[in-house]
Amino acid sequence: MTVKYEKFLLNGVEYKTLLTQKWINRKRWEEPNPYLLSSHIPGTIMQIEVKEGQNVQEGDVLLILQAMKMNNKLTAPFSGKIKKIHVNAGDKIPKGALMIEMEENEAV
Amino acid sequence: MSLKRNILDLRKRKEIVLQGGGEDAIKKQAAMGKLTARERIEGILDKGSFHEYDMFVEHQSKDFDMDKKVLHGDGVVIGTGTVYGEPVAIYAQDFTVAGGSLGLMHARKITKIMDHAIKMRMPIIGINDSGGARIQEGVDSLAGYGEIFFHNTQASGVIPQLSVILGPCAGGAVYSPALTDFVFVVDNISKMFITGPEVVKTVLGEEVSMEELGGARVHACISGNAHFFASTEQECFEQIKKLLTFIPWNNQRKAKAFPAKAPKAEYNIEKILPADPTQPYDVRDIIRAVADDSDFFEVQQDFAQNIVVGFGRIDGETIGFVANQPLVLAGVLDCDSADKAGRFIRFCDAFNIPIVTFEDMPGYLPGVEQEYMGVIRHGAKVLYAYSEATVPKVTVILRKAYGGGYIAMNSRHLKADFMFAWPTAEIAVMGPEGAANIIFRKEIKESANPEETRKQKVAEYREKFANPYVAASKGYIDSVIEPSETRLLLKHSIEVSGNKTVMTPVKKHGIPPF
Repeated sequence: MTVKYEKFLLNGVEYKTLLTQKWINRKRWEEPNPYLLSSHIPGTIMQIEVKEGQNVQEGDVLLILQAMKMNNKLTAPFSGKIKKIHVNAGDKIPKGALMIEMEENEAV
Repeated sequence: MSLKRNILDLRKRKEIVLQGGGEDAIKKQAAMGKLTARERIEGILDKGSFHEYDMFVEHQSKDFDMDKKVLHGDGVVIGTGTVYGEPVAIYAQDFTVAGGSLGLMHARKITKIMDHAIKMRMPIIGINDSGGARIQEGVDSLAGYGEIFFHNTQASGVIPQLSVILGPCAGGAVYSPALTDFVFVVDNISKMFITGPEVVKTVLGEEVSMEELGGARVHACISGNAHFFASTEQECFEQIKKLLTFIPWNNQRKAKAFPAKAPKAEYNIEKILPADPTQPYDVRDIIRAVADDSDFFEVQQDFAQNIVVGFGRIDGETIGFVANQPLVLAGVLDCDSADKAGRFIRFCDAFNIPIVTFEDMPGYLPGVEQEYMGVIRHGAKVLYAYSEATVPKVTVILRKAYGGGYIAMNSRHLKADFMFAWPTAEIAVMGPEGAANIIFRKEIKESANPEETRKQKVAEYREKFANPYVAASKGYIDSVIEPSETRLLLKHSIEVSGNKTVMTPVKKHGIPPF
């Protein structure tokens, strides 16, 4: 029986080894993008308070995400413009789902 | 006359209780491929050794018409018996009685047999098969769980606690197995989760099957909650009995000694290790090459396979083996493998089982994911567990022993009693490639042919430092040994450690990095 080994790079050395399913399926780290607002918890979108193209101030409520029996307010992390809304009221979304895309306010 | 009648009456009462939830419920249990509570107990204990207590216990709840319902034995069977002639306490939840739901009296029966096990200093085996809290009993059933958890914690480190998941074990119920020493699961039968798929769907909107959420494989391979995975209940019972041959009955005793047996000839210790430190091999073959009869009983076989832990014997005495596994993820220490090793080491220490460590590892796993998952605090568990352990501790460095990993894997500096190294050992702050790149950065950069210089410097570093003799010259390694001497020296080390005594500072308890 021949086993096929994978290459595994560690501290500049290439080891031959097997990988675990857990390792293969692991969630890769990605550099956070401040313009993409994703859910930190799975839940239901209760209502959306803004429209695409609307200018918002830092701290404005963008939408309400109900999760674990709590109505969580998603607020604007900075003053800017709503570029795209990716969810509708009533949607059930998992953790990490992209909800709203923002962009810099052109006027600024 | 009257006595005879009384006896007949007693027999009749017992017969009724022994029917559990009745014929239909038993048929349903069988249709799910499951044995009944009493069949399971019979399957684990020596034949005819089981004696049941609290058969006539009944629930006391009155709400929701519960006073009109009779739940035989309140859904749990408790008692004592023997395994290979040694006494054990056991309980088994009876799914045929109200789905094995846990009410206050059900819980009180469990804590009663646990108290007995603690007092008599014998292992307790808990068979879980329950739909969860008996909702009609309200806070009383929560009280029941709480009392069980408290007892689990009191018993921890005093007597071995085995949890066998043979059905659903959901909600609060999961925390009793989680507090015990070993969890056994069976494919397609065990289901463990905090909240079931229904709730996950309604609350979180995630659709997942029961098997994907908390099946036996999930806990054996991914979550690490289970220690032993079996395909059938019968196989599971054999695993339980085998484990019991390796462990002592309580923290005051040593595991039973068996007649010594030579390892099998097929495991030739000189033919396992590849010379090139980047090539893999199965470290379990090294363990089998030194263990009596090459019998290695692995714990958490399918979880964090980059480290191997389990029991074997050397010269008849139980040994806890811990070994880096170059076959998987090059044998790195990461969050999961550190958890796995740390816990196993603490079990061995609590129950007087000497620890033998085989080391061949390139270090801790770097990267954002691991750092975010807390590889620092998880990795610290290995350091803590080894440092804290006062049982005889022997290390054999087979090949790589780099950096933090070298320190963590039961080094001399954490008070290993014996440090052996094979001549193939490379003990260094890091691998030759990394080290040469840093130390000779300037030379490499300024060289006419940097790649050539780099190779040359790596070779130079390897020649000078990637060996066991630098550490041996400082007394960090006691002896550089030939692979063929390993078993003999392990045997000797354990033999001469029989009266090991260590004074630790007086404390209530340490604060390990949970």
